[in-house]
Amino acid sequence: MAPSTSSSVTLNINGEKHTLSVDHRTTLLDALRERLDLTGTKKGCDQGQCGACTVLVDGRRTVSCLQLAVASDEREITTVEGLADGDLLHPVQQAFLDLDGFQCGYCTPGQICSAVAVIEEHAAGWPSAATGDVRPEAGPPPLTPEEIRERMSGNLCRCGAYVQIVEAVARAAAENRSETEEAAA
Amino acid sequence: MTTATTGATTTGAVGTAHTRVEGRDKVTGAARYAGEIPFADLAHGWLVLSTVARGRILSVDTGPVLGMPGVLTVLHHGNAPRLDIDYIGMLGVPPDPTAAVFQNDRVPYAGWPVALVVAETSEQAREAAERLVVTYEQEPHDVALSGDRPDAYAADGHMPAVTEKGDLEAGFAACAHVVDAEYTTPEEHHGMMEPHAATALWDGGRLEVVDSNQGTTWVADELARMFSLDPSAVRVRSDHVGGGFGSKGVRVHQVSAVMAATELQRPVRVVLTRRQMFTLTGYRSPTVQRVRLGAGPDGRLRALEHRSLNQTSTVWEFVEPSAGVARSLYDADAHRTENKVVRLDVPSPAWMRAPGEAPGSFALECALDELAEKCGVDPVELRLRNDPERGPVSGLPFGSRNLAACFREGARRFGWAGRDPRPGVRRDGRWLLGTGTAAASFPASAMPSTAAVTAEPDGTFTVRISAADIGTGARTALTLVAADALRVPTDRVRVHIGDSDFGPAMIAGGSAGTRSWAWAVTAAAEELRERLVPGGTVPPEGLTVRSDTTAAIAALTQKERLSYGAQFAEVAVDVTTGEVRVRRMLGIFAAGRIVNPLTARGQLVGGMTWGISMALHEEAVRDRVSGGLYGADLAGYHVATHADVPTVEADWVDDPDPDDPVGIKGIGEVGIVGAAAAVANAVWHATGVRHRDLPIRPDRVLRAGGTGV
Amino acid sequence: MREFDYRRADDVSGAVALLDADPDARYLGGGTNLVDLMKNGVERPARLVDVRALPLDRIEPADGGGLRIGATVTNSDLAAHPGIRRNYPALTEAVLAGASGQLRNMATVGGNLLQRTRCGYFTDVTKPCNKRAPGSGCPAVEGEHRNHAVLGASDHCVAVHPSDMGVALTAFDAVVSYETADGPGELPLADFYLPVGDTPHRETALPPGALITHVTLPPAPVAARSRYRKVRERASYAFAIGSVAAALDVSGGVVREARLALGAVASRPWRAHAAERVLNGAPATAEYFAAAADAELAAARPLPDNGYKVTLMRNLVVAVLSELAEEAAR
Repeated sequence: MAPSTSSSVTLNINGEKHTLSVDHRTTLLDALRERLDLTGTKKGCDQGQCGACTVLVDGRRTVSCLQLAVASDEREITTVEGLADGDLLHPVQQAFLDLDGFQCGYCTPGQICSAVAVIEEHAAGWPSAATGDVRPEAGPPPLTPEEIRERMSGNLCRCGAYVQIVEAVARAAAENRSETEEAAA
Repeated sequence: MTTATTGATTTGAVGTAHTRVEGRDKVTGAARYAGEIPFADLAHGWLVLSTVARGRILSVDTGPVLGMPGVLTVLHHGNAPRLDIDYIGMLGVPPDPTAAVFQNDRVPYAGWPVALVVAETSEQAREAAERLVVTYEQEPHDVALSGDRPDAYAADGHMPAVTEKGDLEAGFAACAHVVDAEYTTPEEHHGMMEPHAATALWDGGRLEVVDSNQGTTWVADELARMFSLDPSAVRVRSDHVGGGFGSKGVRVHQVSAVMAATELQRPVRVVLTRRQMFTLTGYRSPTVQRVRLGAGPDGRLRALEHRSLNQTSTVWEFVEPSAGVARSLYDADAHRTENKVVRLDVPSPAWMRAPGEAPGSFALECALDELAEKCGVDPVELRLRNDPERGPVSGLPFGSRNLAACFREGARRFGWAGRDPRPGVRRDGRWLLGTGTAAASFPASAMPSTAAVTAEPDGTFTVRISAADIGTGARTALTLVAADALRVPTDRVRVHIGDSDFGPAMIAGGSAGTRSWAWAVTAAAEELRERLVPGGTVPPEGLTVRSDTTAAIAALTQKERLSYGAQFAEVAVDVTTGEVRVRRMLGIFAAGRIVNPLTARGQLVGGMTWGISMALHEEAVRDRVSGGLYGADLAGYHVATHADVPTVEADWVDDPDPDDPVGIKGIGEVGIVGAAAAVANAVWHATGVRHRDLPIRPDRVLRAGGTGV
Repeated sequence: MREFDYRRADDVSGAVALLDADPDARYLGGGTNLVDLMKNGVERPARLVDVRALPLDRIEPADGGGLRIGATVTNSDLAAHPGIRRNYPALTEAVLAGASGQLRNMATVGGNLLQRTRCGYFTDVTKPCNKRAPGSGCPAVEGEHRNHAVLGASDHCVAVHPSDMGVALTAFDAVVSYETADGPGELPLADFYLPVGDTPHRETALPPGALITHVTLPPAPVAARSRYRKVRERASYAFAIGSVAAALDVSGGVVREARLALGAVASRPWRAHAAERVLNGAPATAEYFAAAADAELAAARPLPDNGYKVTLMRNLVVAVLSELAEEAAR
């Protein structure tokens, strides 16, 4: 095969298929923002050093600035635009809004996508660097503020809204737990 | 035509918590920032920066790059339009030539813009910019700031360089206790999450710039002057702004985008990369400060000297007036303050959240803590004993000074009473614990602004003001202020901001944005309410009242007007690894009437979070070999992460400004002031070691040692 | 970033064939380091061979005990794996101490070992760097080197390896398996990284075009009591300025077996053999732990601004070993 510098890809974004031709250099972030007009995902550093571009790829939080669009072919992508159910905000979004978990709002979509994943990762029993004993016998760690802070540390907020963000994530996680318990009951 | 219904009583929106009016857009990703508004036929510009720290551009080899796919043009000093930079702008200063790019072949620092490559896509523009060969005649550079630079000179900036009264040396000679120490703060960067971005286009004979900035009329005015355009021919819009902190004014991104849009006659967008931001968007200069405090046995200050030195570029003079904070905070019979600068081959510094006060309060409030230790007086008590009656330098009465109330309330809530003053005696496992405090102050001012308030036929009201909400919550605050002035519920008020066509207004800066705009909005709204006859009708086109606060603000009596605060911090230090963790922080502020407690808390806690970051993390490292920065990105320049910020509480005491129509003073900056000092003082209390150089890095803690090593 | 060809490989031999040992081609795993380096102009490949879809994403029992980790296993999956958490807890701790949740979801085990230094001269193409541009010089020795190497460096390069994971893998004697057009091969991690010498641009002993397929952890009962401690300039989301991976088997107050590796002190994860020699058979006391640290750090050659690392590493070694010994005594 002769070398080529662009390819056709199909991106499944928020449940919708988009087929487009991309320059191989185009990141998933730039494909979202520049090609698909999905500008909710933000570019803060373009180097994987701030977390503003966080999206979910196949359910896992990912910095879309270091993910090439061509390498995202046929993968399931959820952006901040895909979290709400119509007019009904996702519990994480609602908690950010109610508790003022943001100021300028630019890191917010990344914080929110990250928080959605943090709640799932914790529910799956993943330990973190704040977990005292990582051995499975120790059981899953409670989602303390310290655990939330460590798990959210890949999302910088220069306005300094961390305190309110942690409150919002804790509230959304508690809601998620009580919903899960209700469903189980 | 509908019936005008403005209520007879106030709704009392001001002072009650209100979620942000644009909050839903921000949490769903619907809010569009400057680089996100689509334009047909958009071209992308990518800046090329100098790789030498001083010299001349010998050549810009555009030929090969112009042949690359998608490349439309390359702008540089050899072909760019000439700009007029011989003017004084709206804020009373000439433009920083860093923004007025491509005017000559001089390279004054590493990372200076030398060219703009414009292409059809950003990928093409980036690659062409990387491939553009620029050759230089390199000259030796000088980037070393030190306290003993013989070429430093006293400089005014936005306040007089020097103030003095009394006989300093006689004063110190008579003091029972003297502190004399040098403090340094490093180069710090704004690091707002949204990079500077602008799209420029010509539309029907008007220049339109969609930008991310702290003041649209300010930027429009400067662009009109630089490009010699009629001011009415320039429109700048800036709706949502992803943080500013003093950096988002007139910069290379707008100027180069306008140049390219003019040449190509199509929309051109220029977005700075994170690395480029480190040399193109200003920064807080490093400072070297000398503080001398002399006191009697009771701790009352008798002699005070605060000297500060900062660096500036060779092309622009910027003063980081760190000695200014002592002019208002503390009095002494002998009192001298001095701000100096030295010109180096470095980028131009700029305003950054609490310019002067942030680094100045670190030095002064640490020195106070050292004095408290020497006198054997509790640090809170020492500040209460030194609370002056009048402005120490101005001699003016205070508008309101509730610093003592902040310290009393803060000490009570923090649990300060009974604190063991001895350092290095509290331990929790591997951690040594300590607590510290510091005072905060920041000027409260208002600047002339205009606003328009329209009664719509449907019973709603529209406010138009060229304000900026850079995360402060200004849009929401103005909604509450307008609702109260109109005496209607907030859901009947819409506030439009960020458009230079709305007329002149203060920028989001100096902690004076919301106050200045609220004044103008209140004036227009109150007049509108009076004009609307209860039960009368509103014409189909609506009824609009415009206001201009120039005269009202000029009529304010001269007073020493500031916001105040008391900062408290508890830290844990592991002197065997050098790790420092802040465990909790409390700030109590006297900062005027609080318009929206929900967002105000964010502003104050955000400022205190900056203080933690300043105390422990932030430092841009200048490479003495190349003269450029080392590790200029967000992995190299550390700002506090979630994990660095514990429970941080902010609250306030009642302190309405009697001379402001709403009672506002301003809260954007006072939160950072004193915060780093409180942390550093707590580190001393934990370890017994004074850290006079920021940030308090692990290597510094390890080298300094302390109790328990 | 120059234009490049992109190919996705379905199997290992196909990936090796697509790369074709071309010095202008690179394997693309999670991309967390490579894509960043391409944006900075440090890497300018003409072809990327995407290996993320290869069937190398499993952690399985290894022949003869231990665990065999596929090269495309993400950092997150490695850290969350019950067998790793139970038998090699320091490895989970090391992985979780690195980067962020997002980056750990993307980054792969193979890529982690091959990541490049974060030295600010290396990542800035406007500055000289012997590792990036051989012969251009190393400004770090005269310039900024607060977080540079104190062990095993040369005048040509004083950069440190940034991996946390690699430090734990080194302590546990991991073995790297790879595939080439000429067939498979193996390299113990101890031999994987080349000495700096005067060729800092040559970083590993992998043959040209080799693709890492697995990393095998041999059985190591000592690893069940192991710990990773990392010190950095902020509490999270930062590279180490010093780290320790340690495992300790203590019986009757005497060290039966000790494993010790140091991070952020050298061009590679640094196995502390000299320290281990002091520890094995010695009383499990802080005094001997300090003696062990001193034995290892005797070879340290700090520069003017990174001498603190010697103190830091000594303190860290003593602290982590003491903690493990206390646990064992409980």
